[in-house]
Amino acid sequence: MRLTGDFRGTVVVAILGVLFTLIAPSVLEFFTILTLTQVIGLAILALSLGLVWGYGGILCFGQTAFFGVGAYSYAVAAVNFGGSTGAILVGVLVAAAFAAILGYFVFYGRVSDVYLAVITLTVALILYSLIRRTSGPEYKIGNALLGGFNGTGAPPINVPGRPDIILFPEHTFYVAMGALILLYLLCGWLVTTHFGRVCVAIRENETRAELLAYDTRAYKLGIFTIGAAVAAVGGIFFSVGVSRVTPDVFSLSQSALTIIWVIVGGRGTLIGPILACFALYYLTGSLGTQQVLNTNLVLGVILIAFVLLVPQGVIPGIAGWLRNRRGKRGDRARERRMRMRRPRGAAVEDEA
Amino acid sequence: MDLVLSLILQIVYVIANLALISLGLAIIFGMMRVINLAHGEFLMLGGYTVVVATNNGVNLWVAMLILAPLVVGIIGVIVERLLIRWLYGRMVDTLLATWGLSLLFIGIITSIFGASTSTTISPPLGVVTIGEYSSSGYELFLIGVVIALLIAVYCVLKFTTLGLVARGTMQNADMAAALGVSTSRIYMITFGLGAAVSGLAGGLLAPVTGVLPTIGSIYIAKAFITVISGGAAILAGTTSASILLGGINGIVSFLTGPTMGEVALLIAAIVLLRLMPTGITGRFFRKSQ
Repeated sequence: MRLTGDFRGTVVVAILGVLFTLIAPSVLEFFTILTLTQVIGLAILALSLGLVWGYGGILCFGQTAFFGVGAYSYAVAAVNFGGSTGAILVGVLVAAAFAAILGYFVFYGRVSDVYLAVITLTVALILYSLIRRTSGPEYKIGNALLGGFNGTGAPPINVPGRPDIILFPEHTFYVAMGALILLYLLCGWLVTTHFGRVCVAIRENETRAELLAYDTRAYKLGIFTIGAAVAAVGGIFFSVGVSRVTPDVFSLSQSALTIIWVIVGGRGTLIGPILACFALYYLTGSLGTQQVLNTNLVLGVILIAFVLLVPQGVIPGIAGWLRNRRGKRGDRARERRMRMRRPRGAAVEDEA
Repeated sequence: MDLVLSLILQIVYVIANLALISLGLAIIFGMMRVINLAHGEFLMLGGYTVVVATNNGVNLWVAMLILAPLVVGIIGVIVERLLIRWLYGRMVDTLLATWGLSLLFIGIITSIFGASTSTTISPPLGVVTIGEYSSSGYELFLIGVVIALLIAVYCVLKFTTLGLVARGTMQNADMAAALGVSTSRIYMITFGLGAAVSGLAGGLLAPVTGVLPTIGSIYIAKAFITVISGGAAILAGTTSASILLGGINGIVSFLTGPTMGEVALLIAAIVLLRLMPTGITGRFFRKSQ
């Protein structure tokens, strides 16, 4: 596993992403573009967990908690403000603040990683049961009803400062894709900075990082909070894409799915989880249309198979395989050169 | 007076419920330091065992008290042999693999029985009245079962050879292996027993909650929090954490309704872990089981 990402590679991937954004609306159908906006939201969630888990080494099983908190705060704020301009900021800030408070308790309490995994998951699950019970007119924040099981409507995005000009779905797609690419670049840059390198060092060996006088708790809290903010952006675009937020954003299956994207895509890359998210979304989408194989069943098998057989994930696996191959080819070339230098008779003897 | 008595009974029931759903998880966690994310599905399988058995004419008590633990215990042993034992020492991978298992079980059960509630069984034993308040007799029965179960686990750990060997393995697996104990077999038995206790809990709760393929997620949040707050000691941890968190949950639920009760439980647990990161038994009663 590479210690830090190579920022040049990140830029190349981002350029490919920009090309895809420009081409997609003219190639794909309108309906596909509509669903793509949701998937982009989910991909941002995958990116955030790729950052927090893959680089920070923080086993956050409940990343969806921040995704959902971001989505709900955005929806509530947008209904109350009558526009999305400040609401996006509110969504991100509320999720980040929530993560910072939770993170303070777990990191400064020096809760071990497995406990942390279970606590974050529990937070998501409790939010799930909390929000599900908020049906009824008494549960409202300002003008926004929380709506319990059915969730609440998420207003569309408008031009900043102009609540009367609402973006068309195609434009929302551009904005969402732009956000994904920008956040991808931001995370890719972050892991090459001093802060990112220290986070990777903590992932590799926390005690050693601490002996080198880094306050590992503060660094973990930092990357955890940043990850939560990124996840909140994902939640906002997801809810805008669906035009609703339901308690399902906090559900156990959503948390599992997020973990599966990162496992399949690979820890220690940022593009891996994003690609895995797109791929698995279409796989589960096509599974939903038939009755033979249950989606949960397939996801369970995928998760177990990857943990047992491909624990490093697809993208690092391919990268390692390519490196090996290149190495082997290099070896073969070297061998050939050696053989040519040898006297003719010796080579014949070898072949015999 | 009647109100106080009825309230105390309610809180004791919440505590007993918490201990019941957590004990199987605590056994596996205490012995193997493995958090079994498929715990909720073990409970769910226990519930389905009871429903299927009673639909086929088996007596409800036999189904709940014998069949449910037996079936889920066997499933637990199979799971341990096929999956968990390849992952010892890789804690994170164990978590992920058991999560995959949880999805797999949900998928299988949904494929067989459908996504909606199967036939519900009404809780037996009628109603018990305390003055002008009434309580379900089944709740009282559950409280009794939990106490009996805790005593049984204590006796097994304390007075049997298996318990002795298991405690030895728990303290130092390498040393136990050097003394000729097959730790792999101990792990298999423990996992099976933990699963059996979970199955029993699921079976006992099936009449109260009904069964659904996804019902596990209702239990696991509370079970995880209880086990983590309790720490590594199986009995002392589960009991103390259940009393503390169940008490908080019960009181807050009484004052504000069930939603805030769960939130209070979670907040109490997180604050508790800030103060005692290794759980209650990591700080107090260290010598206990």
